[in-house]
Amino acid sequence: MSEKLITIQINGKEYEVPEGSSILAACRKAGWHVPTLCHHDDLTIAGICRICVVEVEGWRTLQAACATPVAPNMKIKTYSDKVRLARRNILELMLADHYGECYSCIRNQKCELQKLAYEYGVDEYYFGHKTERKWEVDDSSYSVVRDQDKCIQCNRCIRTCEGIQTVGIFDKVFKGHECTVDTFWNHPMRETICINCGQCINRCPTAALKEKNETDQVWEAIADPTKTVVIQTAPAPRSAIGEEFGLEPGTNVTKKLNTALRAIGFDKVLDTNFTADLTIMEEGTELLMRLKKALTGENCIKNATLPMITSCSPGWVKFCEHFFPEQLDHLSTCKSPQQMFGALIKTHVAKKMNVEPKDIVSVSLMPCTAKKFECNRPEMNASGFKDVDFGLTTRELGQMIKETGIKILELPDSDFDNPIGHGSGAGMIFGATGGVMEAALRTAYWIVTGRDVPFKDLDILPVRGMDGVREASVKLENVKPEWSFLEGVTAWFAIAHGTGNARILLDQIAAGTSKYHFIEIMACPGGCLGGGGMPIPTNLEIRKARARAIYAEDHNMDIRRSHDNELVMELYKDFLGTPLGHKSHELLHTHYTPRGKKSVDPKGSI
Amino acid sequence: MSTPSILTTLNKGEAYKKAMAIGPEGVIKELQASELRGRGGAGFPTGMKWQFTRGAAGDKKYVVCNADEGELGTFKDRKLLLEHAHKMFEGMAIAAYVLGAKDAYLYLRWEYHFMKADIEKAMAEMHALCPEVDFHLNFGGGAYVCGEESALIESIEGKRGEPRNKPPYPVTSGLFEAPTIINNVETFCCVPHILIDGAAAFASVGTPKSKGPKLFSISGDVKKPGVYEFPMGTSLRRLLAAAEAEEPQFVLVGGSGGRIACAEKCLERNLSFEDLPPGGSIIVLGKKRNLVSALRSVMDFFVEESCGQCVPCREGCYRLLHFVEKMEKGEKVTRKELNRYLELGTTMQNSSKCGLGQSASNVFVSMLDYFEEKMVKIQN
Repeated sequence: MSEKLITIQINGKEYEVPEGSSILAACRKAGWHVPTLCHHDDLTIAGICRICVVEVEGWRTLQAACATPVAPNMKIKTYSDKVRLARRNILELMLADHYGECYSCIRNQKCELQKLAYEYGVDEYYFGHKTERKWEVDDSSYSVVRDQDKCIQCNRCIRTCEGIQTVGIFDKVFKGHECTVDTFWNHPMRETICINCGQCINRCPTAALKEKNETDQVWEAIADPTKTVVIQTAPAPRSAIGEEFGLEPGTNVTKKLNTALRAIGFDKVLDTNFTADLTIMEEGTELLMRLKKALTGENCIKNATLPMITSCSPGWVKFCEHFFPEQLDHLSTCKSPQQMFGALIKTHVAKKMNVEPKDIVSVSLMPCTAKKFECNRPEMNASGFKDVDFGLTTRELGQMIKETGIKILELPDSDFDNPIGHGSGAGMIFGATGGVMEAALRTAYWIVTGRDVPFKDLDILPVRGMDGVREASVKLENVKPEWSFLEGVTAWFAIAHGTGNARILLDQIAAGTSKYHFIEIMACPGGCLGGGGMPIPTNLEIRKARARAIYAEDHNMDIRRSHDNELVMELYKDFLGTPLGHKSHELLHTHYTPRGKKSVDPKGSI
Repeated sequence: MSTPSILTTLNKGEAYKKAMAIGPEGVIKELQASELRGRGGAGFPTGMKWQFTRGAAGDKKYVVCNADEGELGTFKDRKLLLEHAHKMFEGMAIAAYVLGAKDAYLYLRWEYHFMKADIEKAMAEMHALCPEVDFHLNFGGGAYVCGEESALIESIEGKRGEPRNKPPYPVTSGLFEAPTIINNVETFCCVPHILIDGAAAFASVGTPKSKGPKLFSISGDVKKPGVYEFPMGTSLRRLLAAAEAEEPQFVLVGGSGGRIACAEKCLERNLSFEDLPPGGSIIVLGKKRNLVSALRSVMDFFVEESCGQCVPCREGCYRLLHFVEKMEKGEKVTRKELNRYLELGTTMQNSSKCGLGQSASNVFVSMLDYFEEKMVKIQN
C-alpha cells in the first residue's frame, strides 16, 4: 500500500486515505463502522458473505468494502437504504440456514453472527429457520470438534488451515445450496492430517468449530474425595484469561488465578514455568551434546542431527510427523513442559505429597488445543500412569470459573504451591514466539562461556517480534575449556511461528541448504499466546499485547535464567541426577511417530 | 451499402495479414471505430478492452475465448463454432498479436464435446498460419457459472469455478493473474469482418449505442426456431415474425437472467443495449404456457447452477425457489410476504458477487411486475 493519500467521501464527509487501501480499511480509519463476517485481518480477502457491502456512487451494484479498493473522489455510503436492506436480508438468509439456539451454544455472547443479528435488530426469521440437523457433530478428534450445522460458510477455517498453516484439511465441497465446508471425503477429524493447532477455532465466527470440552470430567475429578487434583498453569493462558472476564488483552491475573483455582477445588496449583526451566536444562544440554558430536566426533549422544528443532509445540510435532517424517531426528527428544510436569507429578511430586499416583488427577491449563492430543499420545505414560489426564484450554477454565460465580478480579493474590514452586522469567517467555529460543540462549551461552548473553537486561531482542521467520547469530568466543570445540564458531538460530512458516525452514533442511544450528518452531502465529485454546477473537494487535505482558512479567521476576532456578537444581540433586541422565531419559524424553500425508487408519492408535 | 453480416465467407488468414499491416494500434483504432461491444451479453466496448489489456503492466499476457455458451436458449455460438470456427480462431490470433501474447485458450463447454475433432483441426490450421501463438482447448465441466469470465479463468487454472473479486479485472489480472483479453465467440468472429469489410460498414447499422449485426437464437413456441442475424436495434416484432412465433404470451429475452418482454406490450421494443438485452437468447412462451411453472423452472436452474460462494445468491435462489413452489401449488400468500421476496430479489441484484446472482431474480421480479394477478393469490 502506498503512502500517497487520496480524497474520498464517506457518508457525506471528506477523508484523506492511503491510495490502494480497501474501502473497509478506509472506513475503519475514518471511524465508520462497517460490519463484516468473512473478513479477518489475519486472512486473505474472500468477499463472499456480502455483509460489508456499501453503496458507491456511480456503481450499479453495491460493493464489498473488504474487497474493493478506494479510488480518488469515490463517494461511499455505508448505511443507505439499499445497504441496510441488503445487510438485513443477508443476515436473515444466514439465520434461515443456521441450526440451533443461542442459549444452548458455547459461543453465546461471543458469536459474530449473534452480534450482527443484535446490531441489525433482527426480530423475526424472515425466511424460516433450520430446526433439524443436516449433519452429525464430529467429535472424533481429541482436540477440535466440528458442528457443520452452525457453519455460515465464511471460509475462514479454510483460509486459516490452508493459508496460514499450510495443512489444508478443509475445503469447499459441492455447489449452490449444497455447498459446504468439509474434510477430505468427509473423513472424521481424527482421521485427517489435522495437527490440532485449533487456529481454525480461533477464527471461526460461530460454534461450527470448538475445542473438545473436558470441563465436566475435571469437575467430576474435583468432586471425587478420593482424588487429588493437581493443576499446572502455563504463562500464555495466564496472560489472557483476564480477557474472558472483560479485561484488556495482556492484563496479568496470575496470582488471582491461583486463588481462584484453589477456591474451585484444585488441591495443588503448580507453575509450568518450572518445567519450562527444566526443558531448557535438558534441551540446552542436548543441543550442546549434538554440537559436540557433530564438531568433534565424540559419541556423547545417540542422535546428533543438526539443526536441532524445539519439540514443545504438539501442533508443530504432528505437522512434522505428517509433512516431514524423514526429518523427525531433527526434533529435540525433550518432552514439552506440560508432559515433563505430568511425568514428575505422578512420580517425584506424588512421593513428596505422600499421595498414590493412581489417586492423582493431573490437569493442565494451556493456551493449546493440541495439548489434548499430546496428553493422549500412547507414549506419554512415563510415570506408569497417564502423565497428564486433561489439558484444559484458557476458554474452558474461564467457563469453569464463571460457573462458580467467583469474581476472580476481586480475589487476593496467592502464590503457587510447593514442592515445585516457581519458574524463572526464562520459563515465562516460552509463551511468546522466540521465547524458547531466548530462554535456551540465556542458559546455553552461560554454560559454554560462563558469562551472560551480551544483551542488555538479558533481552535478546533479535529473536523477538511477530515476523513469520526470524534469525539471529552469535559468535562464541572465550569459551570455557571443556567447550573449546566451539571457540570461534558463529552459531545460527532461526525462529518460525505458524506452520506455514515452519515449512519454509523445513524445506531448507530437506534441500540441504539450512545454515542453522538450532530452530524454535511454534505451530501457532504469535507462539503459544496465539494458541488454539486462547480467548477469541485473535488478531495481531491482541497477540502483541499478550506478548508485551509476558515479557513484562519476565522483567518482574527475581530469577530470569533457567539455570538460576534453585528448585530445578534441587530436583536434579534429589531425583533426576544430571540432564540427559538415565532418569531424565526415562521421564522427560520421548520419541515421535512418522505419519505421512495419508489419512489415518481409523482403527489405528493416534 | 449492403447490411453487414458476420456469416459471410472470408479468405482464411486475410484479416490476420491486414492486422499485421496496420499494427496493434491500428487494429484497436478499427475496433473502436466499429463501436463493437462484447457479444456475450455484457456489452463492454471491445476496442477499449483490447486497449486496456495491451497497456497493462506485465510481460506475459493471454487471450481467452468464452465458448461456454451456457445461457438458456443461446445456441448462436454453436452455429459459429460449427461453421465459422476458423474465423473465431483468427479473431483470437489477432488479439494475441495486439497483446504480444503467446497463448490463446478456447474454453469450450463440455456439452459441445462432439465438436472436438473439427475444432482441433481449425486450431491446427490457425497455428500453422501464425506459429508464434499456441492454441489450447479447455473443456468446461457443465457449470453455467463458468460462463462468467473470472470463474471461467479459475476453471482453466484447475480450480473450483468460482467468480473472483473484481477489481482487479481480467484486463490487468486474469488468467494466471496476467493481463487477459477474454471475449465471446461471436465477438472474436466480428473482428476479421471489421478488418476486412471495414469498421464503417460494421457501424452502419444499429442504434446510437449498439452498432453492428447481431446473432439471435430464437426458440420456444415458434414455427422456425434457429439462429437469425439482424442489425442491433431490430424490433421484437420483427424477430418474432421471422421465427413465426405462435400466439406469444411473453418472451424471455437474454436467457435465465434476462428480462420478460410481455408480448402484448413490448412488440415495438428493440434488441439493443439501450433496451431489451441483446445477448442473443430469445425464448418465446405461448399463451398455453403456465407462467408460474416457467418461473419455477428458471429458479430450479439457478439453484442448480449457483456456485455457492456468496450468501445472497446461494441462499437467495434457494429461498426464491421455495416461494415460487408455494405459488405453483396455488397457496395463498400475504402481500407482506410477496413484498419480502421482491425485496430479496432486489438484494440479490444489488449485493451478489457476480452476474449470476445479480441476475438470478430478474425473471422473478419482472414476471410478477407484469403478471402478478395471474401468478399468485394474495390473501388479505
